[in-house]
Amino acid sequence: MIEHHLPVLIVLVPLFGALLSSLTHRGSIAWGVALLATVLTLAGAIALLARVTHEGVISYEIGGWAPPVGIEYRVDMANALVILIVASIAAVIVPYARVSVAREIAADQHAWFYTMYLLCVTGLIGIAVTGDAFNAFVFLEVSSLATYTLIALGPSRRSLLSAYQYLIMGTIGATFYIIGVGLLLTITGTLNFVDLAARIADTQYDQALLAAFAFITVGIGLKLALFPLHVWLPNAYAKAPSTGTALLASTATKVAVYLLVRIYFSVFGVDKIIGDIPVLELLLILSIAAMFFASIVAVFEKNVKRLLAYSSVAQVGYMILGVSMATTTALTGTLVHLANHALMKGAAFLAIGAVAYQLGSVSLDRMKGVGRVMPITMGCFVVAGLSLIGVPGTVGFISKYYLVIAAFEKGWWWLAFLIVASSLIAVFYVGRVVEVAWFSAPDTEAAELRDPPLLMLVPTIILAAACVFFGVDASLTAGLAEGAANVLFGGYQ
Amino acid sequence: MRLDVVLRVVTKLMLPFMLVFAIYVQFHGDYGPGGGFQAGVIAAAALILYALMFGLSAAMRVVPTWLVEKMIPIGVMIYAGTGVVSMFLHENFLDYDALNHHSHVHAQEWGVFIVEVGVFVTVSSTMIAIFYAFGGRGR
Repeated sequence: MIEHHLPVLIVLVPLFGALLSSLTHRGSIAWGVALLATVLTLAGAIALLARVTHEGVISYEIGGWAPPVGIEYRVDMANALVILIVASIAAVIVPYARVSVAREIAADQHAWFYTMYLLCVTGLIGIAVTGDAFNAFVFLEVSSLATYTLIALGPSRRSLLSAYQYLIMGTIGATFYIIGVGLLLTITGTLNFVDLAARIADTQYDQALLAAFAFITVGIGLKLALFPLHVWLPNAYAKAPSTGTALLASTATKVAVYLLVRIYFSVFGVDKIIGDIPVLELLLILSIAAMFFASIVAVFEKNVKRLLAYSSVAQVGYMILGVSMATTTALTGTLVHLANHALMKGAAFLAIGAVAYQLGSVSLDRMKGVGRVMPITMGCFVVAGLSLIGVPGTVGFISKYYLVIAAFEKGWWWLAFLIVASSLIAVFYVGRVVEVAWFSAPDTEAAELRDPPLLMLVPTIILAAACVFFGVDASLTAGLAEGAANVLFGGYQ
Repeated sequence: MRLDVVLRVVTKLMLPFMLVFAIYVQFHGDYGPGGGFQAGVIAAAALILYALMFGLSAAMRVVPTWLVEKMIPIGVMIYAGTGVVSMFLHENFLDYDALNHHSHVHAQEWGVFIVEVGVFVTVSSTMIAIFYAFGGRGR
């Protein structure tokens, strides 16, 4: 029975977890609930992936109403992979939250933090699992509203301002998406992705379809922080509680990228619209701009959380670069980078969160010699940093390998050059942190620091170790990503 | 304070009618415009009117903050719980047919009825919570 209900259970478990933790009002109980809920969700995600690998596409009818009339939860290789990414990151981070949240957030708000954490996970998994354009919007809002609250719970008063900025930008993004979906509904009369794909293929090229495509692109572009639409991201990541930053940085933009890829390649398909107007060329330019500009800004950033946030904007550039090349290899690069970037950014933000926990600041000026007194924490940061650069033996290399190969397949040797060149900028921003943390002597204040408690250390080590593990043996991640890319390109059968 | 006697008396007269109207809208949702959301807003409006006339602390004695904070998740739980019950009765999530095996129509009616109760609880308590949050600023 559980087998049959898996697609909806992975949404329901975190949802009920969120409801229970808001009812408890006790931080410690809410934490236990969050831990249980995320671990169960992870188990569900693994089981779901196993089932999809063996049986193929799984379809679940909500309320017993058959698609296209009812809401369909439709799991194939592509979203099974995304769900697994979200569920595993969410489960790994929860133990870390126990200690970190206790210091950063007022005691009476701990239960609310875990509520919002779980609601955010609910929304993100919901976006990935649903096969319905409007249902995806609802989950987009669930995750966004939870995210705004998560950011606002941050330790400084500026957190509120950052949350408000993101609220405005996020709402505009969601509104654009729903306008696009509304236009699609008027043209085709359906909201189901599979049905939409079939009907769009039959419609003539028309302006309304183009408008729908444009609205959806900009709307999701805001959500995934595509280069000129990224301004909300650095503040949001820098001011959120450390645990919240790690969750958002590793999952939120990834799910938005997935939604974009799903709508581009499965719903519209490469021939329709995408073949008519130069949208892929536009994405190519924007993603290259993101890779360079955001990386350069990161080099000059003094706050390490903001530095990593700008690096995220650059990394989203790599993901969209894969989308803009629109080949199976490139899309494999995008999807494998979803997983890899989740691991490396998760590890990096957890390590910096540990510094914030011990030092009370993440400013480069005050981080002198932190590596010498907190060797394990900053060691994990170095591993994550090497992944961001794309050094062989780390996950970053795998993603860039696929992107470079895809560029060569298209004969775009200049693009391969640009990918490598932009990686060199990452050497500078990672190098600055490493230099300050390891090669300068700790001042009197920093000399007394130690590595954080085990509960914080272990999740950081797990993610950093995964960066190396999947960098050496990429057969699992790259295999899944390749399967997912084939599914997305194959369209709906 | 004594000058607003008309307002106070009229408010006290109106409150029961507002609450009854909320219930009417709640139950009439099956046949016409209405439902849990609208009914929840009307019920919350009744309490907000009471708070405006008799003060926030009087309203908080009637519906205390802790109750409001519990009601918000409980409403969602009623909704999602209905879906879980149908899962235990061997149907898909939120498939109301599980609730009555003899009549498809009655099963759907019952399902929607219970779900709307959940909507009512969450919407009314959320409206009140927002009002309390703004009204309680600077206290």
